[in-house]
Amino acid sequence: MVDLRKVAIIGVGNSKFGNRSDVNVAELTYESVKPALQDAGLTAKDVEFVALGSVGAGAWYEELLPAVVTAEYCGLTGAGLVRCEAACASSSAAFQTASSAIASGQTEIAMALGVEKMREIDTPTAMEWIGRAGYYFWEFHNFGLTFPAYYALYANAHMAKYGTTEEDLALVAVKNHKYAAMNPLAHLQNKITVDDVLASMVIASPLKLFDCCPMTDGSAAIILASEEKVKELKIDTPIWVAGIGFSSGTANLSRRKDYVGLEASVQAAQMAYKNAGVTPNQIDLAEVHDCFTIAEILAYEDLGFCNKGEGAKLIREGQTEIGGKIPINMDGGLKAKGHPIGTTGCSMIYELTKQLREEAVEKSRQVPLKNYIALAHNVGGTGHYCYVTILRR
Amino acid sequence: MASMPSIKSKEIKIVQEIPISKTLPFWETLKQGKVLATKCTKCGKLYFPPAADCPNCLSSDLEWVELSNEAEVETFTHVVIRPTSFQQNKPYTVAIGLLKEGVRVLAWLTGFKLSEIKVGMKVKLVTKITAEGNVTYEFVPIEPK
Repeated sequence: MVDLRKVAIIGVGNSKFGNRSDVNVAELTYESVKPALQDAGLTAKDVEFVALGSVGAGAWYEELLPAVVTAEYCGLTGAGLVRCEAACASSSAAFQTASSAIASGQTEIAMALGVEKMREIDTPTAMEWIGRAGYYFWEFHNFGLTFPAYYALYANAHMAKYGTTEEDLALVAVKNHKYAAMNPLAHLQNKITVDDVLASMVIASPLKLFDCCPMTDGSAAIILASEEKVKELKIDTPIWVAGIGFSSGTANLSRRKDYVGLEASVQAAQMAYKNAGVTPNQIDLAEVHDCFTIAEILAYEDLGFCNKGEGAKLIREGQTEIGGKIPINMDGGLKAKGHPIGTTGCSMIYELTKQLREEAVEKSRQVPLKNYIALAHNVGGTGHYCYVTILRR
Repeated sequence: MASMPSIKSKEIKIVQEIPISKTLPFWETLKQGKVLATKCTKCGKLYFPPAADCPNCLSSDLEWVELSNEAEVETFTHVVIRPTSFQQNKPYTVAIGLLKEGVRVLAWLTGFKLSEIKVGMKVKLVTKITAEGNVTYEFVPIEPK
């Protein structure tokens, strides 16, 4: 491999997540771009390249070219510009794209952005669009799969093979709501109990309403710079991109070899660990892709935080809370912070940057750091895409 | 939906015409009660859903083969909250079945109570004409109930 330049995160911003019918897609993006620029001490004119992750362009919100619309509104016009699509991992793909632009020597300062407006259409139509996100022709057209249903297929298989229970799934929701309640940016800030989850309505068995992330609007922005720029700008706490891994899975779920883990996650994680030169037990905290409660349990196993089939044990023992072996989703996760799908990757990186800097995060959910290494795991679709990003202070 | 001041976008209706020329025998044969897959004549790889091209050996010389109807349920879900285009349907169960030939099929599973469905159970793959007159395929119990 050729020598690549080091890349650092020098500014981050994250809008308030929720039902944001008070703003359009461009105004919502501005809410994260402005604080990111202020955080880095830069102006929009300093940014040479912008990669935007967003999925619903022209479908659940009205703008077909959100990159140009948001760039104009945020004063970024003139920078190199691209929209990245990797379903729910779109802004991790944008982060990888922006990071590569710096690592390769093409640019000195780049921005990764994510934005999603999911609440401008009715819920069944939103479920229709997202249900089509797999192989429309073979798995949606005649069979009407929804996104909860895709993950429910994994849940039933995991429960049958490893004895994972609906109560175990509920524990994930309870944990993530607990931390979201401490996060003012989160969409759902209510604490819930296992009984609340079990009593909620069935969406696609065995998944119930409280096993599912909400439909959320939000944006996140990350500014990246070369090592030379970090020195020139005198950035006091750069967070370094230690390693990125990526992979993909088949469009048809019927072409997968099993339904108890996501092969794309396993492969992306192995690549990220190798590129960063770290092992799972060196990670101080992680953001994992918990679009549904089962997805967090699959992630524990696929990322190597426990052995295959032992994900439920990890949540039962409280090992993924502060004070446990590996605190996970300390911002409330997709489950409770919310999952504006094209935004999630950058929002995970926002949270990890704040945690690694030990700043501005509400004290009650600041993870004690040992190695100053953190991991973001962002899945697109049902294991259709996966990006794993490892950061180091 | 918007709870704040808003302006409605212009309405458009989108219906795509999806080409099926290369998989036409599959759709034609479904009407005769058979579910076909394709098999690469060069490397022997079997494809379901049927493919006209083999990325494994880059051959486009594939033959149509009939699948057995014997399947084992690998996983399933009962879809209660349905998307817009399935609002007229009652909740439905979707399963992924592993066929004897080694390919998997995703389809509806009918003829069972939800509580009767277990991972690992044997089911039968059959063709079906929907209420709207479309041909499709589904899993059903091996013995008629």
